[in-house]
Amino acid sequence: MNPSCDPLLAPGETLHSVTEKIGDIPLARAPRWWWAGLAAGFGGAMLLAVSVGWLFFRGIGIWGNNIPVAWGFAIVNFVWWIGIGHAGTFISAILLLLHQRWRTSINRFTEAMTLFAVACAGIFPLLHLGRPQYFYWLLPYPDTMGLWPQFRSPLVWDIFAVATYATVSLLFWYVGLLPDLATLRDRARTRGAALAYGLLALGWRGDARHWVHHERLYLLLAGLATPLVVSVHSIVGLDFAVALLPGWHSTVFPPYFVAGAIFSGFAMVLTLVIPLRRLYRLEAYITPRHLELMAKVLLATGWMVAYGYFCEFFSAWRSGDLYERFAAANRATGPYAWCFWLLLAANVLTPQLLWSRLCRASEWALFAIALVVNVGMWLERFVIVVTGLHRDFLPAAWGMFRPTFWDWSTFAGTGGLFLALLFLFLRFLPAISMSEMRTLVVQRESIP
Amino acid sequence: MSLTIITGEFATEAAFLRAWRALRAAGLNRFETSVPHAVSGLEDELPPTPIARFVLGGAACGGIGAYLLQAWAARDYPLNVSGRPLHSWPAFIPVTFELAVLLATLAGVAGLCWLCGLPRLDSPLRDIPGIERATQDRYFLGVRSDDPRFAAVEVRHRLREAGAEHITEAAP
Repeated sequence: MNPSCDPLLAPGETLHSVTEKIGDIPLARAPRWWWAGLAAGFGGAMLLAVSVGWLFFRGIGIWGNNIPVAWGFAIVNFVWWIGIGHAGTFISAILLLLHQRWRTSINRFTEAMTLFAVACAGIFPLLHLGRPQYFYWLLPYPDTMGLWPQFRSPLVWDIFAVATYATVSLLFWYVGLLPDLATLRDRARTRGAALAYGLLALGWRGDARHWVHHERLYLLLAGLATPLVVSVHSIVGLDFAVALLPGWHSTVFPPYFVAGAIFSGFAMVLTLVIPLRRLYRLEAYITPRHLELMAKVLLATGWMVAYGYFCEFFSAWRSGDLYERFAAANRATGPYAWCFWLLLAANVLTPQLLWSRLCRASEWALFAIALVVNVGMWLERFVIVVTGLHRDFLPAAWGMFRPTFWDWSTFAGTGGLFLALLFLFLRFLPAISMSEMRTLVVQRESIP
Repeated sequence: MSLTIITGEFATEAAFLRAWRALRAAGLNRFETSVPHAVSGLEDELPPTPIARFVLGGAACGGIGAYLLQAWAARDYPLNVSGRPLHSWPAFIPVTFELAVLLATLAGVAGLCWLCGLPRLDSPLRDIPGIERATQDRYFLGVRSDDPRFAAVEVRHRLREAGAEHITEAAP
């Protein structure tokens, strides 16, 4: 069957069945695999706690960071996580404004993914400060030293962008969640659950006039989040582009970072959604058509990223600048060349499989491609940060970066934290928006 | 006479909307409703929602405040970078934008709470049997007896005519 003709919602779904199927997941007992998943995530989060504890005790020296590669893993991981965090808002906000109704069954889940990815991302720059207890020096407040942040620096813009993005994503998610929390309150089987969901729902009871305010606010927040999502990764791109380093000092960075963020975000959504729909039997709501549409977005953004790679090399050659040309050549032939070629294979070659309808329709193929792209996007940030820094101008100042055990354990630890948060979300909150699914059911019924 | 609410329970959005329109045609407008999703077509019959004003107000406060803060901080702690002007406005745009979005969102959410009377853990329809299905698959429309045009017999009649399956009278 041609997946592009598939419906977004399996036939026969009603208001009641939608509410029951999605709403019972948080209220029922947790399946055994859930405990296994949470345990794995929790174990990872403990590894993070140990790594951070040791970091606080010994200092940044436990990482492989050095001069010239002062940014190291911390910034590679920060950019990777924050990029993943972009798909949630892209799906929720931009696709809402574009009337793409297929977003309905995946937006809640991807918004949660965004929040957790941003939480993981936020850890790295704070730890990388070296003295994280002084992070608040980045914020403007009237201090006794008479100092202000350097507002002309993208690193200061960054803290405003990431903090705003985290807050706005959280509120956008919560506003959408309100009616569903009320549903859970009314379906709860125990007094404790009713009380907890009731408090979280703030007393939402679905007055028809309240719905009008709610819908309008949701649309307005989507309108605000759309330029926001573009601004956040543009500013992350400017962190690099404003530096005078060969290979970084380029105007292509902001748009190329935004495309890369959406590319990696969709890859992560596919990685998570494909097992999720199987485990929770949500195939009626997350249909093959959803997977196919996401695969197409992956293919399109993959080409934008490929264009970014091309532009980097083209502008290095066109600039005629000795250092720019060397940085480009060093990327392709230097000591980290294998990362670069692996990244090209992962991010440019692999997504080309998605031209085939067979690949887009196969869950296994999609899952494998998405995993490869996740790795590829991490390598991309590694190539930008590490090969950019390790050989800049004077050969006397060159160096090499080798990640230590604690670099890897901190990175793996944030992965664990991400998984643990995700499993808690799946257990206690509806992974698909019930109120929006109800609207989809009613809209379908009204079409004769 | 003590305040009561006569509530009809409907199985479909269309029946709910029919009842709403019939009651409005009879001059009534003090309704208490509870429905599982946004009712399409109702927005045009209600006064426009003022929530956009909250959002706009927040955006203006955030944007103007952030710009003034940066312009002032640049004078209060001057950093001379190759003789560029202290009031280097293009560099102030990103933070201005971010804070405008942040305050617009905060104000919008505060506005939603204000307009919907949240948090409020009580509901005037709490005693209606089956009201818990209002957040699942049923539509409830109640008319308050303090409505100046309230007449119990007529309200019941119109609710039933529109297709109400159960009609209940309860104090809020």
